[in-house]
Amino acid sequence: MGRKPYLRPLGALLMAALPFLISGCSSALMDPKGQVGEEQRVLIITAFALMLIVVIPVIVMTLLFAFRYRESNPDAAYKPDWGHSKAIEVVVWLIPCVIIVVLAILTWVTSHSLDPMKPIDAENEQNALEIQAVSLDWKWLFIYPEQRLASVNEVAFPANRPVHFRISSGSVMNSFWIPALGTQIYAMAGMDSNLHLIANEQGTYPGRSTNYSGAGFSGMTFDALALSEPEFERWVDEVNSSDQTLSFEDGYKELAQPSQSVPVQYYSDVSPDLYRNILNSFREGKPDEHSTTEHSVPMSAETAE
Amino acid sequence: MFGKLSLEAIPYHEPIVMSVAVVMAIVGAYIVGWITFNKKWIYLWKEWITSVDHKKLGIMYFLVALVMLIRGFSDAIMMRTQQAMAAGGAEGYLPPEHYDQIFTAHGVIMIFFVAMPMVIGLMNLVVPLQIGARDVAFPFLNNLSFWLFAAGVVLVNISLVVGEFAKTGWLAYAPLSESTYSPGVGVDYWIWALQISGVGTTLTGINFFVTIMKMRTKGMTLFRMPIFTWTSLVANGLIIASFPILTATIAMLTLDRYLDFHFFTNDLGGNMMMYVNLIWAWGHPEVYILILPAFGVFSEVIATFAKKRLFGYHTMVWATVAIGLLSFMVWLHHFFTMGAGANVNAFFGIMTMIIAVPTGVKIFNWLFTMFRGRLEFTSPVLWTLGFIITFTLGGMTGVMLAVPAANFVLHNSLFVIAHFHNVIIGGVVFGSLAGYTFWFPKAFGFTLNEKWGKRSFWCWIIGFYLAFTPLYILSFYGAVRRMQSYPNADWQPLMIVAWVGAVFILAGILCTAIQLYVSIRDRKARADVTGDPWNGRTLEWSTSSPPPHYNFAHLPVVNSIDNFWEEKQRRGGQALPGNPEQTEYQDIHMPRNTVAGPVIGAFSIVLGFALVWHIWWLAGASALGIFVSFIMRVFNDDIDYHVPADEVRQTETEHYQQVQMQA
Repeated sequence: MGRKPYLRPLGALLMAALPFLISGCSSALMDPKGQVGEEQRVLIITAFALMLIVVIPVIVMTLLFAFRYRESNPDAAYKPDWGHSKAIEVVVWLIPCVIIVVLAILTWVTSHSLDPMKPIDAENEQNALEIQAVSLDWKWLFIYPEQRLASVNEVAFPANRPVHFRISSGSVMNSFWIPALGTQIYAMAGMDSNLHLIANEQGTYPGRSTNYSGAGFSGMTFDALALSEPEFERWVDEVNSSDQTLSFEDGYKELAQPSQSVPVQYYSDVSPDLYRNILNSFREGKPDEHSTTEHSVPMSAETAE
Repeated sequence: MFGKLSLEAIPYHEPIVMSVAVVMAIVGAYIVGWITFNKKWIYLWKEWITSVDHKKLGIMYFLVALVMLIRGFSDAIMMRTQQAMAAGGAEGYLPPEHYDQIFTAHGVIMIFFVAMPMVIGLMNLVVPLQIGARDVAFPFLNNLSFWLFAAGVVLVNISLVVGEFAKTGWLAYAPLSESTYSPGVGVDYWIWALQISGVGTTLTGINFFVTIMKMRTKGMTLFRMPIFTWTSLVANGLIIASFPILTATIAMLTLDRYLDFHFFTNDLGGNMMMYVNLIWAWGHPEVYILILPAFGVFSEVIATFAKKRLFGYHTMVWATVAIGLLSFMVWLHHFFTMGAGANVNAFFGIMTMIIAVPTGVKIFNWLFTMFRGRLEFTSPVLWTLGFIITFTLGGMTGVMLAVPAANFVLHNSLFVIAHFHNVIIGGVVFGSLAGYTFWFPKAFGFTLNEKWGKRSFWCWIIGFYLAFTPLYILSFYGAVRRMQSYPNADWQPLMIVAWVGAVFILAGILCTAIQLYVSIRDRKARADVTGDPWNGRTLEWSTSSPPPHYNFAHLPVVNSIDNFWEEKQRRGGQALPGNPEQTEYQDIHMPRNTVAGPVIGAFSIVLGFALVWHIWWLAGASALGIFVSFIMRVFNDDIDYHVPADEVRQTETEHYQQVQMQA
């Protein structure tokens, strides 16, 4: 390496990247703050390790065979007509098959255990805090139906209490994601998607849309505050003290207008029908000719398929 | 009169766009001037533009692909520069308006106008020669396919200077691509460029599928076909089955945008989830359309330079067929996060992983082809070794993405970006460049410079790992795709490393350009008169380089898989053509050149442009032009001729004398 001076800056760059590689352990996905994310961390590492059983031998064999059977090596065997071996063929089919069978079982099990629609604590489902998240151009609206309040680009919930997110969109498709907590789910107009998450540690975790949605997409970030119960109560009080209110007829349409890098906003006295109204506005006629009908049941993404 | 088109459509205020336009104009004027000065227009028209010769069409496909590679790569390095700058609240130098067009154009250009024409170009050049045919089944259609593809290329490039390109991402997901959210002409350019070139691709698929099924020479059973032909057969089967889905999907989006239909709109019963399903029902087979022929290239390269039979030929074939079939059963893995139930997600996850089995088997087969061989480290072999390692890593991250519960945190992140560049650069690009180096002497009669070829390889592979390893790492910090800027200042160092990687890849592209230049300069010294510079195994090496337009004076007869190689073994390693003085020749039946192909292509450009800008009279006129040209072609009976036996004898004698002289 010393002979080739042009490789030095390259080495320096790699050295600069090294702290990242090491601190990779403290990244959002490798140091998650909730049960869902933790299970996904284990899953990723397991899948990675299983794949390495094939990947490492392949890389070693590639380098070894290429070197050993190079043209300038007269010691190596040369069998130009050898092109078939039952034993080798059986082995090269069998090893990937076995690994894929193991991975398939893992996939089946985790697809069910980590199903985003599955409540965290099935027995005390009513204990979960319901938050309705709506993606707009280009910000996130969070509605708390029980507390009758709403916030923009900030979501708060108590740590250690399951949160039931219901996710939809007032515009194009986005995807709702808090990396430190785990699973993301698409936000789609007229669709009511469910996502169950929990934070097991207090803290402020960045969240964002992951699905490109137009000019303001990069600014569609928000903070997720995982608070203690008393802190959460205080946050609720603070939002409640806002003099801005919000309902579908009053305020939502202005809020839904495209805007970028929107600061945090709080709304009190929010209409409990707001989320349903937003969903319904895409279900019958044009958005501006909306009419609320009591019987229209929100359909989930799954039933719509 | 001019629909939505006005002088305001030209972005005068964009210095980057305008300087690119000026450079393009200067280069274009230079080329036109050069052709005029050297009086080459008639030559160009007679020998290339109207040619139905599959070899020439293959060369033109590859040439366009290389030009578009420069365009697509310029987009790439602009994106990497933007992301290296726009950290921690900084805005960088590209506003979202511009940045969003660039990543859309990058994806569209690299897939449709670089990877596809590279693969189709290689198929054009090689497949008829490998099966011992004199041309493809439908030579006129082949010319038409090329010009329809070229029309798409032209439309994409017009969008740079007149109007705008789509700001939707390369697959133009609805409802973002609907007129409510994308009122400009960008999506319309996307629609018509893809629709027109897509028709060309479908015709190519039909053409090559029929060619391989019906035009194989005597004795070449399906299981004696070279692996590249096998992978091309499966890839063309996939084209026939999947491209109509793309055409139909885009047609429905077109109805939404032009006639106020509601297939994929948010309201009035439209269902955008259907768009996502349909586009991936085409999109996933599409990646196998690209990678399978690349697998074929590596198989030919490794067997040739290890000077050994390909290990497990039958396994290779069945693995290819299995991948082709499975590729239609996995599309949902592109959107596990849409909210399908656990059973559906698990099914598609497992189906995806199953593809890893035949792919893994192929990799082992390449390894065991090297085993007990005599491997010559030429640049195609370097590309192949780089491919095996890089593609294996990409396959690993692909399987990780295929686990739905893991996908929930990896989806839409830079992990996905790193993964598909890992397989597309490591697979399709390396494969195309290996194939380019490998078959270049067949197309032109001289070999490419090895030194610059190897330099290109090292730049590409170092650049690839520098550019994409940081993206894998960043994805674990929550970095997602298509960010014009990001708040986290601590991501910047890795983004800069990725930028350095892109610069290395730029160096690789420059090395390829220099390689081409020095090889052409030294073409006399690099000439290969035998037609078989690598001691090849398959039929394309048995004819001269470049082959006569009729490919083979006598159609070869095949008795085994590596027929040509075995024949050489029997003759002590040499394959001298028989003395033409003692050979009988017959007239050869060949197709005539076609004017209809380029004319229909030109009308298609006008039609696409008119539809983009809602210039209805022009659209009608050009559609009529296409129709009339087609009818005229249909009623033209003078579409073939016979090459007289004497002319064949003369051509063969010249080649024979050259070989004798060198021997």
